[in-house]
Order: sequence, then C-alpha cells, then structure tokens
Amino acid sequence: MDFLDALPRFAFLQHALLAGVLAGVACGVVGSFVVVRRITSIAGAIAHCVLAGLGAARWLQVVHGQAWASPMLGAVAAALIAALLIGVISLRAKEREDTLIGALWAVGMAVGILFIARTPGYDQDLMSYLFGNILLVRGSDLWLMLALDLVVVALCAALYPQLQAVCFDEEFARLRGLHVELYYLLLLGLTALTVVLLVTVVGIVLVIALLTLPAAIAGQLTSTLRGMMAAAAVLSIAFTITGLAVSYGPDLPAGATTIVIAGLAYLAVLGGRRVLRRSAAVAKER
Amino acid sequence: MSAPVIELEGVSFAFDGRHPVLSDVTLAVEPLSFACMIGPNGGGKTTLLKLILGLLEPTTGRIRVLGTSPQRARHRIGYMSQHATLDRAFPVRVLDVVLMGRLGPRRVAGPFDRADVAAARDTLAGVGLAGWERRPFADLSGGQRQRVLLARALTSSPELLLLDEPASGLDQKVERDFFDLLIELNRTTTVVLVSHDLGFVQSFVRSVICVHGAVDVHETNQLDGNTIRELYSGEVRMVRHDHSE
Repeated sequence: MDFLDALPRFAFLQHALLAGVLAGVACGVVGSFVVVRRITSIAGAIAHCVLAGLGAARWLQVVHGQAWASPMLGAVAAALIAALLIGVISLRAKEREDTLIGALWAVGMAVGILFIARTPGYDQDLMSYLFGNILLVRGSDLWLMLALDLVVVALCAALYPQLQAVCFDEEFARLRGLHVELYYLLLLGLTALTVVLLVTVVGIVLVIALLTLPAAIAGQLTSTLRGMMAAAAVLSIAFTITGLAVSYGPDLPAGATTIVIAGLAYLAVLGGRRVLRRSAAVAKER
Repeated sequence: MSAPVIELEGVSFAFDGRHPVLSDVTLAVEPLSFACMIGPNGGGKTTLLKLILGLLEPTTGRIRVLGTSPQRARHRIGYMSQHATLDRAFPVRVLDVVLMGRLGPRRVAGPFDRADVAAARDTLAGVGLAGWERRPFADLSGGQRQRVLLARALTSSPELLLLDEPASGLDQKVERDFFDLLIELNRTTTVVLVSHDLGFVQSFVRSVICVHGAVDVHETNQLDGNTIRELYSGEVRMVRHDHSE
C-alpha cells in the first residue's frame, strides 16, 4: 500500500509523522551545537548509555511490576546521568577524555544488555531500542516528546548568545565572566534530552547520524548558527518523513532508511560544493 | 601619580609545582603606557598573560590588576586572543563576534539589547569595518579578522587592552595600519601586547617587558643588541628605529 494512501487511515503512521517532526526540531537546534562544539563522540556515548536506562526501566516494569517505570523515563534519567558524568570527567581530566568516553559508551550499553537479558521479551525489545521503531510511537509518547522539545528549545532560545560565545571561543567567554563549565554541562544535558527524542525515531545505534548529518549539511549552506539550526531542523524532518514514506511500501526498517537518505544527501552536498568551487576557480582564471 | 594598571610582586609560577616557568617577577605597568612583552617561545609570555587575566594562579607572589584581583578586574580588561586558534568553519557573522564582547556580569543570560548592538556597530566602525556587520567571519582576510577581534575586545570599553600576538600572519602594510589603530587607542587606554617579533616592537612601543623565566623591563630606546642577544641566547637581527617626538 502507498504511504500517502495509508497515512490518513492509520493512527500509528500519523504518530510516527508527528514524532519525526518533534524530534527534528530539537535535533536541528542541538545538533548544530554538537557539530560546531565538536562533541559528536560525547553525544554517541550518551546515546549508548540510554540503553542502560531503557533496560532498567523495562526490567522494573516487567519483572517487578513497577508500572511508573516507563522506558522513556528510564531513557531520560540514564541520558542525563551519563551527560553529567561525562561532563564532570572531561572538565576534570582533559588528557584522557577520549578513553573515558569510550569506556562509558561500552559500559552503559553492557548494563542495558544485562537488564534486558533478565527481562522476558529480550529480542524484540533490544532490536527496537538499538535500531528504533518509529511505528511503535504511542500518543502518550508524543506528549512527552513535546515536553522535551519545549524544554530544549526554550533553554537554547533564552541562552543563545551565551551558548554561541562559549562554543566559539571558550577562553574569551570565561574572561567575560560567563560560567563556562555550567554552560558546557547544560549543553551536554540538552544533548542528552535530544538523544532521547531521537532514539524513538532511529534507535540508539543510529542517533549520532541523525544528530550530526542534518547539522553538517546545514553548516555548508548557511553562515549563522541560528540559520544552521533552522535549516538542520527542516532537513531532519524531511529525512525522517522521506525515510518513513520510502520504507513503508517495501516494509524496510524506517530508521535505517532515514539514515541512508541523510547520508546520501550529505555526500551530494559535499560533492556539489566541490564542483561549484572548482567551476568558480576556473571562472576566476579566465 | 595614579596607581599602576598591572602590578606584580615576587610572582612565581610552576606547572605541577615542579617545572618553574616564571620566577620572582616584579613589574609595574603605568596607566596609559604602551608596553610589549617579548621573549623566546617557552619563555613564559603566555603564562604571564594568563596570570594577569586570572586564568592561572601564581604559585607565590601577588598580582593586582586595575587596583584589584585579576578575577575581579577581568571584565574591565579587553582581551584579544590569537585568531589562528579559532575554528574557521564556525558559522558566525562579524557583528555576532563583536557582540560577544558585550557579554559580561550584566549579561550572563538572555539576548542582547539595542544598546549592545549600537555599541558593537560603533566599535566595528571604529576599527574601519563599517558595513561589514553581516559578512561571515570565515570569509574575512587575516587582517580583517584581527580587526574584528580587536573590536570584540574594545566594545566593552575596557580600561586595559591585552593583545596576544596581534601581528601574527599580517603583511607589513596591514600590520602598520593595525598598529596605527593601537596608537590611536592608546590615548585613552593602557595597551599591553605580546609579540615574538622584535622588529616592529621598537618603532611603536614605549617599554619592553622581556620574559625569559625572569622578567626585565626596558625603555625601548635603551634596548641594544646585548640585551636582546641575552634574551634569546643567540644572534638576532637588530633593527633600530629612532623615535620622532
């Protein structure tokens, strides 16, 4: 069945579409900060620690009957704890930062796998956490996603000049009296919340791509951070919806399809810029 | 006679408490002076600058800047970093970079207001870049970027201007224009700059702070080949400029 025919008929497709839009907004804003501040690997580590939260919450729900422990809540908690941990570590021990990030990346994931192994329904859960299943988004998830979106966008809007200054020139920002460390931790916290939003859409393993590819393309097209954020949000939403539409007919995984489309778009923009620059250089020589 | 703008008394600094970079430094920079710190790489120029800015704490000794501690004086200092250390690909416009200088104790959160934008535009015009507000910072030449960073340092109306290697990567004509601008600013502001280049120092600067573990201060016209050979422990091309007063 065609995606456009199916869309008005099935609530799960409408939910998926809305989830893509909500995740895309935060993705554009925070993804741009992640790209210009060069904290992609930190975002990756936070994403993989989310599995620990998802696994623990699912375990509490299924094995111990704790209905309040929703996987989304577990994901938010794990992401924020991971962000705080990485933030404090990288501020204190600059020289060994990459090792510690790598360790946390793997340990977070291992903890999640242990919890899931002790929970009935292992295989299905693990696959949808790792690779996402946007078609399983429920109405209640959408409200939580909207709330996360509002928090992320409101904080970024209120502190835009300060966050921009800290990302552009940390030393200068410190000399102007900004609490650089606090802003850094805030940025990691915002990254954590955005990662949770994106895990719903593409899953833990593919989060980094959706966080950085739209922002990287947008960075090639605009000359302000604000413009980069807007363009990245539009691109992220476009990739998610296209991924959803393309994957629906042949029944492909939506998350993976989205990421492949985003990757192809990135390559096309890089290639296009090279061609443009070369023809500009040729024109100059004449 | 007013109090010195920068005052160091017996200041020593060592990384990890073991590797001494500066030992027993005592110096005073008087108001409205135009001073240059020179010295070999690894001699402690950057360390001295960071001590004055309060980014590092001295192991021993006392530092006063603008009559108070470096941390408290910080927002009254205009600091110009080396543009080479900034990310060329960062998407930011010229005016946005200058506006960063308006951040401070009054603006730790929230957007800039009209007064901030007006001040940033005025400062940009003052460094000869009126009309460049909306240009991407990445598209500028080295000399233009230096001017933008100078404007960023100036837009908070600082009482002291500290510049780290402001002439690096500039051709001679651009460098000359840049220093003319600094001389103009020096009428109302104390200027201290760091340079590894001796040639230009002598024609513009009134006193030279030689940093090589220890620190000596010389009047520019007393500098001779011996002092400089001692400083760099080797043969150095010496160019004398006479001061026309």
